[in-house]
This record gives sequence, structure tokens and C-alpha cells, in this order.
Amino acid sequence: MFIEINDVNKQYNDKENRPVDVLKDINLSVEKGQFVSILGPSGCGKSTLLSIVAGLTKTTSGHIQIDGKTITKPGKDRGMVFQQAALFPWLTVMENVTFPLKKEMKKKDAEETALKYLQKVQLGKYISHYPHELSGGMQQRVAIARALAMNPETLLMDEPFGALDEQTRSRLHGQLETIWTETKKTILFVTHSISESIKLSDRIVVMGTKPGIILQDITVDIPRPREEHKKEMLEIEEHIMKYLKKEIDKVVSEELQYANSH
Amino acid sequence: MQTAIKRIIFFAAIIAFWEIGSRLEFWHPLIFPSLSSVFSALVEGFQDKTLIYDLIASFKRLAVGLTISLIIGTLIGILLGKSKTADETLGAVILALQSVPSIVWLPLAIMWFGLNEKAVIFVTILGGTFVMALNMRTGIKNVSPLYIKAAQTMGATGIDLFTRVIFPASIPYVVTGSRLAWAFAWRALMAGELLSTGPGLGYTLRYASDFGRMDIVIGVMIIIGAIGMIVDQFIFQRIEKSVIKKWGLES
Repeated sequence: MFIEINDVNKQYNDKENRPVDVLKDINLSVEKGQFVSILGPSGCGKSTLLSIVAGLTKTTSGHIQIDGKTITKPGKDRGMVFQQAALFPWLTVMENVTFPLKKEMKKKDAEETALKYLQKVQLGKYISHYPHELSGGMQQRVAIARALAMNPETLLMDEPFGALDEQTRSRLHGQLETIWTETKKTILFVTHSISESIKLSDRIVVMGTKPGIILQDITVDIPRPREEHKKEMLEIEEHIMKYLKKEIDKVVSEELQYANSH
Repeated sequence: MQTAIKRIIFFAAIIAFWEIGSRLEFWHPLIFPSLSSVFSALVEGFQDKTLIYDLIASFKRLAVGLTISLIIGTLIGILLGKSKTADETLGAVILALQSVPSIVWLPLAIMWFGLNEKAVIFVTILGGTFVMALNMRTGIKNVSPLYIKAAQTMGATGIDLFTRVIFPASIPYVVTGSRLAWAFAWRALMAGELLSTGPGLGYTLRYASDFGRMDIVIGVMIIIGAIGMIVDQFIFQRIEKSVIKKWGLES
């Protein structure tokens, strides 16, 4: 297996210093080139799990291996795309995308590589623009190009389209699918949108909340492009909804309890 | 009504009141000279080049003092922003020093450096350093964690992370800090010159006062104010605006 997540636990202490389980006994293996969505309600620890894979957050126990190597810190073998584009506002689009390439490449090579990936997300004409001159969708495409430019084996995406409007999101789904087919990256895609996960991924890992555990591991066996198979997509959606309904109810009732007790 | 028109009417009224009041001798010209005599004092000062020499002398000191204060302030600010221990110890001292008007250091400065240019420059440096340090510190502390995380996933660590991400991300605070440092240093310089030696605008102000030339005093005050306003509005505010826009901090 390419990515191996072994018995990962993550705890933190709340305000009263009681330990809270964010992730409990997470085990997951992902094959090379697979597109895996991690789906769950807010607070289920899905972003924390991704952040651990990225090497930005430490586990309380357990470990993660990619290609046989244990993850201890962030690295260029894992490109990360966040919910906000996280572009550096003082750099142009081109300078943002060449940011990770500065050290190992000559300027000219870095710019050629960057341009290649910017063209992939159809932003080849915007290389000298600054981030504030671009729309949210365009910024997110630059962020994707920036992550791809390092040529990482794995692409980690943390609700990358969560802050975008519906039309933009659906266009970017198409672009991401194309990129994935062309580059054969292994993608871990965190989302809370059921339809998004069904539309994009080979496999959906459904997570539950408090503590964050894996509830279901669903293989999506619908041929692409999936828009043409609405019926199958709906079946899976209903199947997932059954599991998630309980979890969402749990979150809502806890929030109500919290509101009543304060 | 447009702002410009409002302003023109407002200033015209003040000028008219000033000139007519002087001519009708509502007050003694020795206490408050007329606008026209202030104007001719200024013309005279520029013609015999004394005011030009004063301006050059003051700006030289300001350039030296402000540059040093920006460098020291930036370094202290980075230290306070990065080290919690430094912030808890040195930071408290800087905060206290910030509330001391820098001109009160002049007696000490004269003791250390003598009644000369060095003492004035020292006071100017102190004027700008602390406010620059505190802004730099805030800038470093307010860098979005998202930028740092993103940079880390792209392999940036240590010094590389600082020079390529943390420092550039705090540029808006560097600009605000420089603007305030300039304003504080300019005030400190004028006070320092007023109380020590010349040449310089502040020195000429006191010299004129010793001879009862209130027309020159007011003329120099106008120059000091005009320079302060021009540098602030046309240099710093413009830079600040464009930086705020580019860094996406517009609300």
C-alpha cells in the first residue's frame, strides 16, 4: 500500500483540561493513484487527519507511512491545498507557483514548470497578476498549480472548493478530474459535501464525530464522467446519508445541550 | 459640497480673519504678526538661503536618525516577535520607554555626547525606534498561520521561512511603523534643535524667538507643519494604501 495510516490517535485538552479524542484508532490504507475522499460532519477530525498526513500536526499515538517512509514533518512529496488559497499576496501568480521550486531549479526551468501547470488550470495568461486581482476560484486554481508544480506523489486537499460558489465549484471539479487522470496523483480529498465526494472519488471514507472514527469505507464504482449516471450517484448518496444522519443529529443535539447549559 | 470647496472656503475665512484682524490691530503685531509679514519673512529667508540651509541641515539629521531608528526598531521588533522570553522582559521595557517623550533624554544625551549634533540625532533615533519596534513585533505576531503552514508544506523552514514568508507578510506593519517612526522622529528632531544647537529649523525658531521675530517663528512653524503633512499624506499614506490593497487587508 502507498499510504498507510496505522492506529492513529489524536487528543487535545479542552478548556477544563480534560482530554478530548479528536481521532480514535484510525486505520486506513490508500493505493497509489487512488482518489479518496474523507467525508464527515464538521468536528469529526477529518481536517486534523489530513494535517497529520501533511506533517503539520503531530499524532498522540500511531504513525503514518507513505511509500514505506514514516511521516515526521512536512515535505515536498505531499502537496497541500487549503480551503483558502493561501497564496502569498506580495508575489505574482508566477512567483507564487515557483515558490517551492526556487531551491532546486534554475529560474528559467522553474518558470517553465510553473507555466506548464498554470496552463493546466487555464491561467497561463495571468502569470503577472497579483492574487488580489483574481477571483476566489482563480486563486484556488493557482494554489492547485502551486501544489502540482512540486510534482508531489500525493495531493492533500482540505475542502479546497468549500468557499466557492456552486458554478465555480462544479467547473473546478471537472478540472481536478482531468488533472488527476493526466497526472495519476494519489489524492486525499477532505470534504463535507456528499455529492462532491461521489462525483470525484474512487473511494469514500465516511467519518463520525466525537470521537472521530471511520464509520464506512465505500468504493464508488461509477464510470466517469459521472454526470451521466445520476441514478447510481443518488443510490450511493442515500446510502451515505443514512450513516451521516445519525452523526449530524449528534452534533446538533450536542450544540443544543451546550446552548441550554450556558 | 465637495471636500476641496469646503476646505478652500474654510482656509480663506481663516486667512481673511488673520489679515484683517492684524490690519485693524485687534491684537498687537508683536504678539501675532500679520500673514503678509509672515509671508515676507519666509520669502526673505528663502532668498538669503538661511531657511534652505536650515532645511538641509534638519533633513540630514533626520535621514541619519530615522534610518538608524528604523534598523534598530526592526531588529528589536523581530526579536520581540520571535522570542517569548524577550517579549516578556525587554518588551515590557520598550513599552514603558515608548511612553516617555524622547526629548526628555536630551539632558542625558548632552552629558554623553556634548551639546552638538550627536545629541540631537540621539534624541531623534529614540523618537522613532520604539514605535517601529512595537509595530514590527505586532506584524510578526500577526502573520497568518495559514501562510506559514502553506510554506512549510512547500519545504520552507528556519531562516528561509522567515525571509521569504514571515517578514514579507508583516510588511504592512513595517510601513505603518515607519510612518509613525517618521512622525515621532520629526517631532523629536524639532524639539532637539530647539533646545540645542544649529543650524536647523528648530534652532532658527529659537533664534528668531530670542530676537522677538514672531513673523519668522510662525513662518518656520508653517514649514514644519507643511513638511510633516506632505511626507505623511503624499509618501506614507500612499504606500500604506497600496500595501493594504495588495496584501488583501481591505475591509
